[in-house]
Amino acid sequence: MSEVVVRVSQGTADQNEERRYQVPVTPGMVVLDAIHYIQAHFAPDLAVRWNCKAAKCGSCSAEVNGKPSLMCKSRLDDFQPGEEIVVYPLRSFPRIKDLVTNVSWNYEVNKKIVPFTPRKNAQWKMYQEDMDRVQEFRKCIECFLCQNVCHVLRNHEKYEQFGGPRFFVRLAGLEMHPLDGADRLPYVKDEAGIGYCNITKCCTEVCPESIHITDNAIIPLKERVVDRYYDPLTKLFRIFSGNNK
Amino acid sequence: MESYETHEHDVLVIGAGGAGLRATVEAAVQGVSVGVVCKSLLGKAHTVMAEGGVAAAMANVDEADCWQTHFKDTMAGGKMLNNWRMAQLHAQQSPERVYELERWGALFDRTADGKILQRAFGGHTHNRLAHVGDRTGLELIRTMQDRVVQQGVPVYMECTITHLLKDGDRVSGAVGYWRDTGRFVVFKAKAIVLATGGVGKSFKVTSNSWEYTSDGIGMAFKSGAELIDMEFLQFHPTGMVWPPGVKGLLVTEAVRGEGGLLRNNKGERFMEKYDPKRMELSTRDLVARSIYTEVKEGRGSEHGGVFLDVSHLPAETVIKKLPSMYHQFKDLADVDITKGPMEVGPTTHYMMGGVRVDADTGQTTVPGLFAAGEVGGGMHGANRLGGNSLSDLLVFGKLTGEAAAQFAKKSSKLRVREEDIKAGIEEMLAPLARTSGPSPYEIHEKLQELMQSYVGIMRTEQDLKHAIEQLQTLKQEAQRVRVTGSRMYNPGWHLAYDLKTMLNTSEAIARCALQRTESRGAHTRLDHPATSPEWGKVNSTVNQDGDGMRVGTSPLPQMPEELRQLFEEPVAAAKK
Amino acid sequence: MATTEAAPPRIATTRARREHPPGLGVTWRRDNWWLQPLAVFLGLSAFGVYSTWAALQGVYYSCSTAQQGLNLTCNYLSPFYSPLLGEWWGLSPAVFILWMPLGFRATCYYYRKAYYRAFFLDPPACNVGEAREHSYCGENAMPLKLQNIHRYFLYLAILVLAFLWKDAYEGFLFRSDSGEMAFGVGIGTIVLLANCVFLSFYTLGCHSLRHLIGGRLDSFHGGSCATRHQCWKGVTKLNEHHQLWAWVSLVVVGFTDFYVRMVAMGVFNDLRLF
Repeated sequence: MSEVVVRVSQGTADQNEERRYQVPVTPGMVVLDAIHYIQAHFAPDLAVRWNCKAAKCGSCSAEVNGKPSLMCKSRLDDFQPGEEIVVYPLRSFPRIKDLVTNVSWNYEVNKKIVPFTPRKNAQWKMYQEDMDRVQEFRKCIECFLCQNVCHVLRNHEKYEQFGGPRFFVRLAGLEMHPLDGADRLPYVKDEAGIGYCNITKCCTEVCPESIHITDNAIIPLKERVVDRYYDPLTKLFRIFSGNNK
Repeated sequence: MESYETHEHDVLVIGAGGAGLRATVEAAVQGVSVGVVCKSLLGKAHTVMAEGGVAAAMANVDEADCWQTHFKDTMAGGKMLNNWRMAQLHAQQSPERVYELERWGALFDRTADGKILQRAFGGHTHNRLAHVGDRTGLELIRTMQDRVVQQGVPVYMECTITHLLKDGDRVSGAVGYWRDTGRFVVFKAKAIVLATGGVGKSFKVTSNSWEYTSDGIGMAFKSGAELIDMEFLQFHPTGMVWPPGVKGLLVTEAVRGEGGLLRNNKGERFMEKYDPKRMELSTRDLVARSIYTEVKEGRGSEHGGVFLDVSHLPAETVIKKLPSMYHQFKDLADVDITKGPMEVGPTTHYMMGGVRVDADTGQTTVPGLFAAGEVGGGMHGANRLGGNSLSDLLVFGKLTGEAAAQFAKKSSKLRVREEDIKAGIEEMLAPLARTSGPSPYEIHEKLQELMQSYVGIMRTEQDLKHAIEQLQTLKQEAQRVRVTGSRMYNPGWHLAYDLKTMLNTSEAIARCALQRTESRGAHTRLDHPATSPEWGKVNSTVNQDGDGMRVGTSPLPQMPEELRQLFEEPVAAAKK
Repeated sequence: MATTEAAPPRIATTRARREHPPGLGVTWRRDNWWLQPLAVFLGLSAFGVYSTWAALQGVYYSCSTAQQGLNLTCNYLSPFYSPLLGEWWGLSPAVFILWMPLGFRATCYYYRKAYYRAFFLDPPACNVGEAREHSYCGENAMPLKLQNIHRYFLYLAILVLAFLWKDAYEGFLFRSDSGEMAFGVGIGTIVLLANCVFLSFYTLGCHSLRHLIGGRLDSFHGGSCATRHQCWKGVTKLNEHHQLWAWVSLVVVGFTDFYVRMVAMGVFNDLRLF
C-alpha cells in the first residue's frame, strides 16, 4: 500500500507547529480521510470540523497546499506522486485550534441582512424560469471559502465595512426573489460595501458549489446599485414615472 | 470543583436540524424565551444531506392525491406498526407546513402553472415530493435558519449536551460543554425539546454524519423515558459502495424517482422478481433486501453492490434534476452518471424507533421532556417512506415546539440540583484523568464492525446474542478509555462520551431485534422470515432498569373506525 | 433572555488574534500563480503600445487610398478610425473614436479583473499577498468610482460597432477603374467581417447589457418580461465566455488595423477570393 506524507498545521491562536504524518493511501481517498486516519492513529486530539463528508455541509474548509478547499473533496490522487500535502486552517479567520477557526464573524454579518419579506398581496405563484436564477444562490453551503480567499477581507481586513462574497450571494437571492418586497440596495451599497469588491473573481474560483458568485450575484447587484445611485438616466426615469424608490 | 456558566430559558431545544429549528421557530412564536443548542455550526445539521424531497399531499401534480392516501401509504410502508395518530397528523398537516416554508422564502421547483412541483418516490401512490433538485434538505435548513435568526433566538453553536437534569420527575435543565474551549455549561429550562437525530454512527457503513451518535435517545433513556421500536433501523437501499472512503454515502432515492433503473451484473432489472408492480419505486426495506440478496447470490457488481443507471435519460435532465448526485459521482468516484451506471448498496440510514412520544404534543414519558424528528419513535412504524422524514420534521417540529412552549408557560420555576451537575461534570472529566486505557477511536471502530456484521440488514438469534455479549465487553472497555490532550476542541474527548451513549443505544437495538421473532419492514430475521400477526399488535419497549435495560412490549394504539375503513374502501370515495 | 455567569465571549472580535496579512507575493500556493498575471500584463501592454502607435499615425488607415496594381480597388477601413471623422486640428482621426471602445474595455467587468490583478497587483493572484500598508477603497472613491458608468460606454461601443458593421458591408464592395462598385470578397473582407463578429460577441455579452436587457427584473414571467428573458438568456450565453471574447476580439481588432495598414502601405496586396 502506498503512503503519503501529510503535514498538518497544529496549534492554537498564537502558536503554530507543522507536524508530519505518514498516511497509507486507499483508492479514492480524500484529505479528510487522511486527517481522520491521523486522529485515530497519531493525534487523537487533532481538531477538525466536518459533518457530511459529501461536500454538502461546507464544514471541512481548509487550505490544502495553499488552495482553499473542502477537505472532503480534495482527492489524494489529484496530487503529484510523492507530493507532500500541507493542510492549514482558513487564514482569514482567527484559529481556535488546529484546523478549526472562529468563523462567527460571518454569522454576525448574516444577522444584519433583512430576511425575505413577501410583497403585499403576493399570489404565491412562482415560475421555474425565475427559480433557475435564484436557486443557484441557494446552493451555497456556507463553507466560507469565498470569504477566506477574498482579498478585501484577507489582505485589507475590511471586516467592518464589507460583507464578503457569501453575503452578496444571499443578498442577490433575496433581491432577485420574484415575490420579495424589501429593499436592500442601501444596505448593499453602504453597509455590505459592494464598492470594495474589485471583481477579481477569486471567490468564484474557490466555490465548491460552482456558484458564479461574481458574474451572477455581485455584478448584477453592482448594476442594481448603479441603477439606483449612479445612473442619471434611470434617476430621471424614476422621477418621471413616479417610482422614486 | 469545575466552574460552569449558566443560561436560562423557558424552552431549550437540543439540536438545530429540521425538527429542532422548526420547534424553535414555533416556541418563539408562542412568546416564550427559547434557546437552541447544536453540536456543529448553525446550518450544518444532517438535514442538509436530505436530498429527495418533502412528502406532502398537495395534489399539485396528481389531482387525485389527498391526505387519506398519504396516510394509507405511510401506514402500509410502516407495515401498520405506525402510531396511527402521528401518521394522520403528519398526512393532514404536511401540505400546510410546506406552503409555510415557501412564505418564509424557500424556493421549490415549480410546475408549468407556477405551483410547487412534486416528484414520484418509493411507496407513494402519487407524485408527492416537493423538492429542490436533489438538495431539498439544504433549502429547508436555510429557510428555517434565517427564520430563527430573524426571531433573534440565541443559538448556542458547537455546544454538546451530555446530561439532562431533573427536578423530581420533571426535566429542569441540561449540562453540556463548549466544544471549542471544553468548558462546561448548564441550561435551566422548564421544557426541553430533543431534536438530536439518529444512531447511524454506531454502524460502519452509514449515510449519517458524525453527529448521529444517538445523544437524545441516550439522554432520554437515562432520565427515565421509554424507548420504542428500536429494532427498526432503516437501511437505505442505495449508498455508494466505491471508493472505500465514501462507502455508505447516500445516493438519493430521487435517482429512482426520476427514472433510474436497478440492474444486477447480468443486466437484469432484478426488481421484477421482488416487486413487479412497483419495481424500483418499491419501499426501501424491500429494495434494500433485494439488493442484499442479489449481491449475496453472486449477481452483484465488482465492489459488492448493484448498478443504478440513469444514463438512458437525457444528460441535461440528469444534471438539472440530480445535480449533486452528478457531482458527487464525478468528483468522488470518477463516474459520469449521464454516461454509465452507479454502483450502489445498502447503507444505514434512519432510526424509525426512538423515544416514545405523545402524538399530539411530542411529550415523552418524562414530563417536560419533548422529542421531535428522528429521535422520536412511532411515526414511521417498521419502515419509513422516502420523503416522510422531512415532512415529519416540519409537522412534529411545529407541534412539539408549540406544546413545549405551552407546557413552559404553565410551569413554575424549577430547580437544578448541584450534585447532579457535579456528577455529570465528573463523568465527563474522568477519561482525561486516566493515565492508561484504550483509545476511544479503537473502541468506536470495534463497535461499528460489530453492529455492521451482527445487527445489520439480515439478523439471526445467534448473531444478535453474540452482539449483545460483545457490547458488554465494549461497555466495560469504554469505562476505562483514556483521553490525551487538553479539553480545547479535542475530538478524542468528545468521542469518549459519545461512545458510551452509542454503546447503550446499540444494546437497545440488539435487544429489541432479538425480542421480535418475526420479519417486518426494516427488521429481517433470517431465522423468523415470516411476518407474524401477533407481533403486529405490539410495539417493542425499552426502559431503564437500574443500571441495565428492560425490554418488553406494549399494545399498539388502536385506530378509530373511520380510519380503519380507509383500508377497506377505495380512497377516491373517502376523499372529501 | 439568558443569564450568564462568567461566559466567555462567543464572537471573535474580528481579527485580534490573526497573524498579520502577508506581504507582496507571499503565498502558500505551490503552482506558478504568477504566470497568468504576467501573461495578462504582457498581452495588454503589447496591445496598448500597438494601438497607441497605430492611432497616432493618422495615415494608412484605409486601403482605398493606396491600392496599386489592380483594376479593382478594395474599400477597407481600419476599425481604429471608424467612423472616419476627418483630421481636425492636425490630429489623427482615431483619437476622436478610439476613446469610446477603449473606455468600454477599461470599465469592462472582465478587464477590471485582469488589470487589477496584473497591473495593480491588488491582488496579484488569489491567495497571494499584496504590498503592505496601502490604503484600499476598492471602487468606492474617484477615479475608480467611474467604473459605475460602464453602461454609457456600452451605449457608445454599440454605436461604434454599428459603424463597423457598415464598414464590413462596404468591405464587400470593390471599385473598378471606371468608378463602378462591384460585389467581391477579399481576405480583407473576411478580416473585417470576423472583426465585427467577435466584437459583437464581446459587446453583446456585456454584464451591463445583461442587466439592462433583463437582469434588472425580479420576475421573468409573462408578457414583455418573457421576451426580455429570452434576450437575457442570449446575452448570458455570450457573457459566460466574456473573457474569451474579450481577448479574441482584442487580438482580432488589432490585427484588422494591422492588415488594413499593411495593404494600405503596399507591404502586401489584398488577395481577391472572388
